[in-house]
Amino acid sequence: MMDKLHLGQHISRQFNEELEEVRSKVLKMGGIVEEQLELAIRALVAGDRKLAKKVVKNDYRVNLLEVEIDEECTRIVARRQPAASDLRLVMAVIKTITDLERIGDEVKRVAKMVVYKMEGALREEVRQELEHMGHLVRDMLRLVLDAFARLDVDTAVRVVKNDDRVDAKYIAITRHLITYMAEDPKSIPMILNILWAARAMERMGDRCGNIAEYIFYLVYGRDIRHISLDDAVAEITTELAEGVSEQGTGSA
Amino acid sequence: MIQSQQLPLEPAKESAKETTARKAGKKPKGPAVSVENLDLFYDNVQALKGINLEIDQRQVTAFIGPSGCGKSTLLRCFNRMNDLIDSCTMTGRIMMSGTNILGREIDVAELRRQVGMVFQKPNPFPKSIYENVAYGLRIQGMNKRRVLDETVEWALKASALWDEVKDRLNESALGLSGGQQQRLVIARAIAVQPKVILLDEPCSALDPISTLKVEELINGLKEQYTIIIVTHNMQQAARVSDKTAFMYLGELIEFGDTDQIFTNPREKSTEDYITGRYG
Repeated sequence: MMDKLHLGQHISRQFNEELEEVRSKVLKMGGIVEEQLELAIRALVAGDRKLAKKVVKNDYRVNLLEVEIDEECTRIVARRQPAASDLRLVMAVIKTITDLERIGDEVKRVAKMVVYKMEGALREEVRQELEHMGHLVRDMLRLVLDAFARLDVDTAVRVVKNDDRVDAKYIAITRHLITYMAEDPKSIPMILNILWAARAMERMGDRCGNIAEYIFYLVYGRDIRHISLDDAVAEITTELAEGVSEQGTGSA
Repeated sequence: MIQSQQLPLEPAKESAKETTARKAGKKPKGPAVSVENLDLFYDNVQALKGINLEIDQRQVTAFIGPSGCGKSTLLRCFNRMNDLIDSCTMTGRIMMSGTNILGREIDVAELRRQVGMVFQKPNPFPKSIYENVAYGLRIQGMNKRRVLDETVEWALKASALWDEVKDRLNESALGLSGGQQQRLVIARAIAVQPKVILLDEPCSALDPISTLKVEELINGLKEQYTIIIVTHNMQQAARVSDKTAFMYLGELIEFGDTDQIFTNPREKSTEDYITGRYG
């Protein structure tokens, strides 16, 4: 795992261990967020308040890990002055855990909605749609964590692309909910809650996409935020095919 | 005997036109030094292998690499310090202002006026601070007190040493601290208005604060001079240089913008070296 970065090959064995430790903590944090999300979806579709309360309560675990990993990264920067792929790893980790923590917050938001605001049963078609959207987001998170663990850019690219499906789902749900609100104005407060839950899930998808972009940066040293994904991938592929070492011998 | 020839290099003092261009933020065109297919042997041992490299004007270029990779040897080619080693032979060219400085007809003393050098250990002459800086001008035959005074003050100010020594210019330079001595040596080097300044591990004998002062000085000097620095301290290369060259076993492995080399090197051996891996 993570062989692409040759993490275990530093002359300083302690440095190897520090980087490995940070990396595995990110995966642990990701695992907790994934579990939280799974439970929140279950609570939402079943209207299970008890389960939702548990999700809300457990968010602190994600927060603790964020602080811990952040501190570790600061320590590594101060003591090791990482360069090249080591530097990119530390930078990518710092950004990744910020997004993971925010995903955790969104999960908590969904769960809180179940705890406090849900009155009456969901309509079956809404329930199904929310569940479907939740699973799309959960799969994105799972995939992006997998890509992070294996530094697998292809998978990361797939995650970014999958976000379109989540966005489409969000728009579809919104459209349905608007119809229901028009049909029955008394249900508006509850439907707004559902809408916000859907919105939270849509944001989770965006954040998974962000993490996928950090993986791209980590592996290729190229920042693909705010540019077309297809362009970036095409550019990198061409460069790799050309052998990239044109600057290797100084002046031509 | 081979007739010495004046180098057809213009003096380093910039023209009014150049000053305007510099103030407008324009970079001078063309490389200061270009190395073409340089091979260097110590007896039968090849220390430099087919080096091709262009060093930009008024930029700081750092050479990094493990001990014995040839970076100091390459640096010493730029002012022909390797001439002092009998077993050393070279092929290829090093071009400065259209002239191959490896040519037999080159006046090496004049070359060394234009390409100043500062070594690892500060080596002030056992003379006064003033005389150390004025030395280069004196051996060029300059005796006018006013010119000497002005140059000494200017060079010491440019080396960020003036405020520390202005009241004791006639005291021995050997009484200065290591960091001050190193800045004095840099002042001595720039007093003769070189085009290029070579720094061979200039901070390895200095404490961290003196090191930062010298680095600050390097940053200021690149406004007017082309600077080439050899350093074992990679963070130093990352801090001071615009371009970085990584050398390994006598070869130039990778040469590029310092930002790129330290965040996303192209070659695996560069990556291994700067991140402290065994390749």
